[in-house]
Amino acid sequence: MAAAVQRFLDSDLWWSFRRSPVTVVSAIVALVCILGAVLAPWIAPHNPFDLASLNLSDAFKPPAWDEDGAAEYLLGTDDQGRDVLSAIMYGARVSLLVGLSATIFATVLGVSLGLTAGYAGGHVDSVLMRICDIQLTFPSILVALLVDGVVRAVLPREVHDQIALFVVIFAIGISEWPKFARTVRGSTLVERNKEYVQAARVIGVPSLRIMFSHVLPNVIGPILVVATLNLGLAILSEATLSFLGVGVPPTQPSLGTLIRIGNDFLFSGEWWITIFPGVALIAMVLSVNLLGDWLRDALNPKLR
Amino acid sequence: MSNVAPLLQVKNLRVEFPTRRGTLVALDDVSFDIAPGEVLGVVGESGAGKSMTGAAIIGLLEPPGRIAKGEILLGGRRIDNLRYEEMRRIRGKEIGAIFQDPLTTLNPLYTVGRQLAETMTTHLPIGPGEARKRAIEWLEMVGIPAAAQRIDSYPHEFSGGMRQRVVIALALCAEPRLIVADEPTTALDVSIQAQVIALLKRLAREKGTAMMLVTHDMGVIAETADRVAVMYAGRVAEIGPVREVVKHANHPYSAGLMASIPPLDRRVERLAQIDGAMPRLSAIPKGCAYNPRCPQVFDKCRTYRPDLINAGTTQAACWLYDTEAPRG
Amino acid sequence: MFAFIISRILQAVPVMLTVALISFAMFAYVGDPVAIMLGQDFTEAQRDQLVRDLGLDQPFWVQFATFIGHAAQGEFGLSYRLSRPVAELIAERAPATLELAFTAAALALLIGVPMGVYTGLYRHSWLSRFFLTFSLIGVSLPTFLIGILLILVFAVWLGWLPSFGRGDTVNLGWWTTGFLTVSGLKALVLPAITLGLFQLTLIMRLVRAEMMEVLRTDYIKFARARGLPNRVVHFGHALKNTLVPVITIVGLQLGAIIAFAIVTETVFQWPGMGLLFIQSVGAADIPVMSAYLMLIALVFVTINLIVDLLYYAVDPRLRIGRGKGGH
Repeated sequence: MAAAVQRFLDSDLWWSFRRSPVTVVSAIVALVCILGAVLAPWIAPHNPFDLASLNLSDAFKPPAWDEDGAAEYLLGTDDQGRDVLSAIMYGARVSLLVGLSATIFATVLGVSLGLTAGYAGGHVDSVLMRICDIQLTFPSILVALLVDGVVRAVLPREVHDQIALFVVIFAIGISEWPKFARTVRGSTLVERNKEYVQAARVIGVPSLRIMFSHVLPNVIGPILVVATLNLGLAILSEATLSFLGVGVPPTQPSLGTLIRIGNDFLFSGEWWITIFPGVALIAMVLSVNLLGDWLRDALNPKLR
Repeated sequence: MSNVAPLLQVKNLRVEFPTRRGTLVALDDVSFDIAPGEVLGVVGESGAGKSMTGAAIIGLLEPPGRIAKGEILLGGRRIDNLRYEEMRRIRGKEIGAIFQDPLTTLNPLYTVGRQLAETMTTHLPIGPGEARKRAIEWLEMVGIPAAAQRIDSYPHEFSGGMRQRVVIALALCAEPRLIVADEPTTALDVSIQAQVIALLKRLAREKGTAMMLVTHDMGVIAETADRVAVMYAGRVAEIGPVREVVKHANHPYSAGLMASIPPLDRRVERLAQIDGAMPRLSAIPKGCAYNPRCPQVFDKCRTYRPDLINAGTTQAACWLYDTEAPRG
Repeated sequence: MFAFIISRILQAVPVMLTVALISFAMFAYVGDPVAIMLGQDFTEAQRDQLVRDLGLDQPFWVQFATFIGHAAQGEFGLSYRLSRPVAELIAERAPATLELAFTAAALALLIGVPMGVYTGLYRHSWLSRFFLTFSLIGVSLPTFLIGILLILVFAVWLGWLPSFGRGDTVNLGWWTTGFLTVSGLKALVLPAITLGLFQLTLIMRLVRAEMMEVLRTDYIKFARARGLPNRVVHFGHALKNTLVPVITIVGLQLGAIIAFAIVTETVFQWPGMGLLFIQSVGAADIPVMSAYLMLIALVFVTINLIVDLLYYAVDPRLRIGRGKGGH
């Protein structure tokens, strides 16, 4: 273990990380966001879902530094008297959960199909890539919206409300798999023609095993980069869907939901209800994106 | 030759590249002259600084490269410290340039006629109509068949050899006094190289244009150049009349270089080769840069760097010809 | 030239057919259109009649062909939610979206390209650094947040511009325009900036990257070696070569503007197709969704065709048919 840590500290990755102050700051911001989200039930000052603790007389409190603010509510309260900071921490939990799950789903789907396309070639390859092409013509948010709309039409309302979270994850995952498939297919084509794969094939290793045990480890770098860059995008997609009112259910508000709800109070002057969740969203997405950029440059300067 | 005022004078030129790991000296103490109408061949291995010298003369060193010391004079006027706009008026008008790869030196989106005409209207007091007429004449002069029709063709519609002819026309069309030709035939088919060199040589002679011909093709040098400069690790190792340098090189490096050319008049079992490789710019040895590879190395070579010394028929940067301190 | 256009149109056909197939599958198999259209009380005979009227008793391919035939004429049936012909709804909303998208695209191009050229040419100037930082924010900020921030500053705090709707519009035949009234133009400002900002930063970064790439090429060095003035080298030789790859991506981005209008229209309650679409998604109004999908696909395919033609105009290397002898 100690040796592994030492190896990491000596590596180019760590060197290029320390050399870039922007990356270090991004990593810290991302870490704060993730810890705040994951540990929300334990460290949030209030529980925004505990109806008993809500007090309407505390509603619309501005941030603590305003003269009307209360120290108890650092970033103010919303129309129901909920603490905005706690709502953000719980909301970030949902955003992160959906973003991560959707990215993992897109990764698994895209990597499997990309490996298949690259390894099988022929008709399988051309059909899969054609689908990628057509889907990539449309912005992913539009695809996610369509998938979400279709699922809504297929499922009865009660069922839909129960599994709305999974529907959003599915919709966003579906909208992002082609990028993974493309990347993996490209790398697979390169790997497939290398001697070690040819050799494995000659000695009769089954193709499925060649794909997963020989080809996959070699394409893991590009996948990691695409996944990191996509995490930011997935979080944004979720926020956008929720903002449009077709995302996660109101019972589990994400940052996008908070922004949508707060948006209604913008005109009456209670800007903090919508702006703070917005800032949290930007911090999360920007830091993840910058980390992704760094990872891309550090792992492969040629990959663009 | 020595009684004519030189057209181009390069004096103690030093080019540096500041990098993160310290300053690289790409050219150091490079000096030579070119007389009007004279062809100076510049030879050496890749990375010896041949192309860099050409780039410094036309004032287009790649940043962050810069001239740190020395002077470049054209017709007696200093041109190395001119402002960009002043130097721009000299480029194309006084000094023409020919690059290595004709496939990439022409703008793919403009017709050859337009590229010729814009060069001429930039530098000569003529209008577009006259420029077009002259463009056709130039295409004819460089041997493009059916020039009047081809003038509106795009570069991709020409073969590599034809494109290099167009590049030559572009370099000459504002009638400069000097051409800097950087490996003008390296990227061409062997069968075409001779034609292009012959064309270049003929036009330079007809127009009285002097030329700095950078190449690593000794055959081209022997046939075209009046004098030749041999470069090694950013310095001039030897300079002199082409016949002398080719047949009786004085510097051990030039001698090695010449011995590695296959002679045409007799069969040889094995060509000579120089052991080792030219040092990288970041690791140029102390003393004479050639000393680790030199068969005639002695103590002084390892400590002191030689300047060009009169070596009879040529000038060589070699302690062998130092008369004051006999070899020890 | 003609053959080129034909081949490009032929390439677009499979894309349109695929999208049509998806649209049709949604239309015919998602939910039960018959039940939705009949409502609560109906007899078996009424039901059968409607099934026959809708052609639902026909084989799949016949239904699909009928769907395409109708779609080609702009027939997409009735909206489940509003019980009005989809074509009518879309025609009503299209001018609002198209005017917004056009303004945003013009904004993105007219500001984005010069900014990209500038930052590509003067990489180290402080203004370039400022533009780049600005563009990083533009790329990372979600569209709806930009809208909300603009509303907060310019509508709520400063009170300069309206925050929702199109303002007063003028009818020109069936087309309603907001370009001709002061309130219409004022209403356009914030939505257009919101929609165009992301594309603007993207175009700027793209032009910058291409410009830097082109400036490193031999033909630019040779143009300098020929003593051409910087103006000619930068804005003639370099810019024209930069445009070749930029056209493709910019074309796609302009198509994306129409799709991204969904978000902007929601933020600003802009009465366009995007708002209609999002309301349809919420209500599972399949006919509107499938019609919108087809329309967006058509827009993309058309833009792709225009991009190809522009490419053809800019890059002589594509004009293969041209004889070697010139004209």
